[in-house]
Amino acid sequence: MRHILSVLLENEAGALSRVVGLFAQRNYNIESLAVAPTEDTTLSRLTLTTRGDDSKIQQIIKQLNKLVEVVRVENLCDGDYLERELLLIKVRAEGEARQEVKRTADIFRGQIIDVTAETYTIQLVGPSNKLDAFIRAIDDVSILEVVRSGVSGISRGSAD
Amino acid sequence: MTEQLSGGDMLIRSLQDEGVEYIFGYPGGSALHIYDAIFRQQKIEHILVRHEQAATHMADGYARSTGRPGVVLVTSGPGATNAITGIATAYMDSIPMVVISGQVPRDLIGTDAFQETDMVGISRPVVKHSFLVRDAEEIPSVVKKAFHIATTGRPGPVVIDVPKDTTDPFEQFPYAYPETVSMRSYTPAFAGDLTQIDRAVAAMLAAKKPVFYVGGGVILASAWEQLRTLVNALGAPVASTLMGLGAFPGTDPLSLGMLGMHGTYEANMAMDGADLVIALGARFDDRVTNNPEKFSPKATIIHMDVDAASINKIIDAHIPLLGDGSWVLEQLSARLAQALQDQDDAAAQARAQGLEVWWQQINEWRAANGLNHNLKAQAGKPILPQLAIQSLYKVTQGEAFVCSDVGQHQMFAAQYYHFDEPRRWINSGGLGTMGFGLPSAMGVQMGNPEATVTCVTGEGSFMMNMQELSTCLQYGLPIKIINLNNQALGMVKQWQDMQYGGRHSQSTYSDSLPDFKTLVEAFGHVGIKVADATELDTAMTEAFSEKNKNRLVFVDVWVDPHEHVYPMAIKGGAMRDMVLSKSTAAESS
Repeated sequence: MRHILSVLLENEAGALSRVVGLFAQRNYNIESLAVAPTEDTTLSRLTLTTRGDDSKIQQIIKQLNKLVEVVRVENLCDGDYLERELLLIKVRAEGEARQEVKRTADIFRGQIIDVTAETYTIQLVGPSNKLDAFIRAIDDVSILEVVRSGVSGISRGSAD
Repeated sequence: MTEQLSGGDMLIRSLQDEGVEYIFGYPGGSALHIYDAIFRQQKIEHILVRHEQAATHMADGYARSTGRPGVVLVTSGPGATNAITGIATAYMDSIPMVVISGQVPRDLIGTDAFQETDMVGISRPVVKHSFLVRDAEEIPSVVKKAFHIATTGRPGPVVIDVPKDTTDPFEQFPYAYPETVSMRSYTPAFAGDLTQIDRAVAAMLAAKKPVFYVGGGVILASAWEQLRTLVNALGAPVASTLMGLGAFPGTDPLSLGMLGMHGTYEANMAMDGADLVIALGARFDDRVTNNPEKFSPKATIIHMDVDAASINKIIDAHIPLLGDGSWVLEQLSARLAQALQDQDDAAAQARAQGLEVWWQQINEWRAANGLNHNLKAQAGKPILPQLAIQSLYKVTQGEAFVCSDVGQHQMFAAQYYHFDEPRRWINSGGLGTMGFGLPSAMGVQMGNPEATVTCVTGEGSFMMNMQELSTCLQYGLPIKIINLNNQALGMVKQWQDMQYGGRHSQSTYSDSLPDFKTLVEAFGHVGIKVADATELDTAMTEAFSEKNKNRLVFVDVWVDPHEHVYPMAIKGGAMRDMVLSKSTAAESS
């Protein structure tokens, strides 16, 4: 099962490599990873998605908590949460396909943010499965480049 | 006015203020400012080894035997990489250690400079934590944090990588050693959950077939007194891991000796048949559990550990006890004592009867297939390695520090030398590092100058770090080395005998072994060779005689090269599935 872990990390050189190294060393899988500083510049927020059964996720969380630079680990999937991911996709948009791509982007509430005679670059924000659906909806042969930010997530409701 | 010190001097002063007695190390370019700071002070003694790996094992042996953190100093590049095996050894066995490595100057980091290696990166998977010094001013606080992290919670090695320019003697800074340390992201568990402790007490009272499964964590937590109180109150048998030997007295009738792959028959049968397993500071290692699916099938599992990640990692615990070993065991003992007192007569009688039946069963196991501790020397027959350990045990009256290498001799020592006290049995359990024995014994002797320190080794392991014989002469370390010489890599050979049709691939070298007696004499020590079983006790007595009190003595014991370690767990089986002798091995294969 897919889990989204939100990790609060000391904003120090080498801290990220410890997290990534832990996953490699213990044979855990990272599906996506997003990291940036928080409102407190001494802290970074790292959001990662991984897969595993409950006992594996428990073990991952415990191992993360053992890292000296990890301040807090939260499994967003334990409660109600919001997840968003940013997709930038460059597609071939020529002839009839040009209209078709625009219509599909509109349906998914994507925005065209760059235009050439042959291509569109579309920006789309949403949960990962929505981005997956959009990519599936675009004809394979017309996709030139896909860039995804990795998942960011936050729990619903007032802060605890 | 605060004192002004250079980075190098601050580093050494911080170690002094931390109460460090010894630094085990080896100099080199990037560490020279630090070595000069060592030269200009008297408080800390530096022990010059012959290879950096040995420095880490020395610091490790010092730490295991004294409970105080070991300190290592090496230079950058090869100095740092040579230390890795010893750091990994300490990491696997949770030994507190601080390793300081020189690094190239900050402006050269990342340029592939001479003797540059990314020490923080290369050591990352085998350290509890590591620091790269960014500014000279932060050296005292980094040292303080390093010792705090190394020694608290589940202990482990911490690396401090020190760029040469941060130790520049011409740049001085105000020095003050921090009195306290606070890290928001590091708060090791201490007090446990009393609700779980009460559940554990109830399970102990209800159990008919309880067994203690005691690991090295009890020793690391200095909780052996609390353990002994608890065990004696419950009256249950104690099976010890390789790392836990000595936490509970080995000669106590409640002790079943070691469990696991080469554990005693009665310990493994008790684990398999138990209705309650009380795991204390142990981590359900694969060398203990055999097949986890078949582990103690009828038992409720209580698991105490200071590391949350150890609990439910391999075997799910019915009753988890997270916390510091001494705190949790103190509470467990107190609450168990109270509960036993409050028990009504009928319940007490039922419990006593249950235990009696259990002990009867255990004693039958012990009588049927227990180890024979009264081996007799037979003239004209090769020396059994077990007999050599038995002889060592007799001559040292069971009171020596025994530092072991890795292989058959390690298992024979664990089986046949009974440890009544903790911190006396020093061996690389988790990583299984050959070459650990001699340098760890040196560290033990440094930390315990008056004690009898022995190194039980085999010729394979010994040759991995024998250059340290020179260090032993320099510092007058009177270690007694018992070399169980079977002219082969015995444990590898045993596996090849049992699982590879006797094909001894790359495990023998009998034609090219040195004459160890002459070898150690060349290093300035005493060598004794014994090959006749009837002369074994005499040789052993001579090694430990008054005449040799201040000398390093190497006893080269030529043992039966065909001997195997038994019992041996059958791969993929339950703990009850063991091969007990060569003849049964033949039947089972």
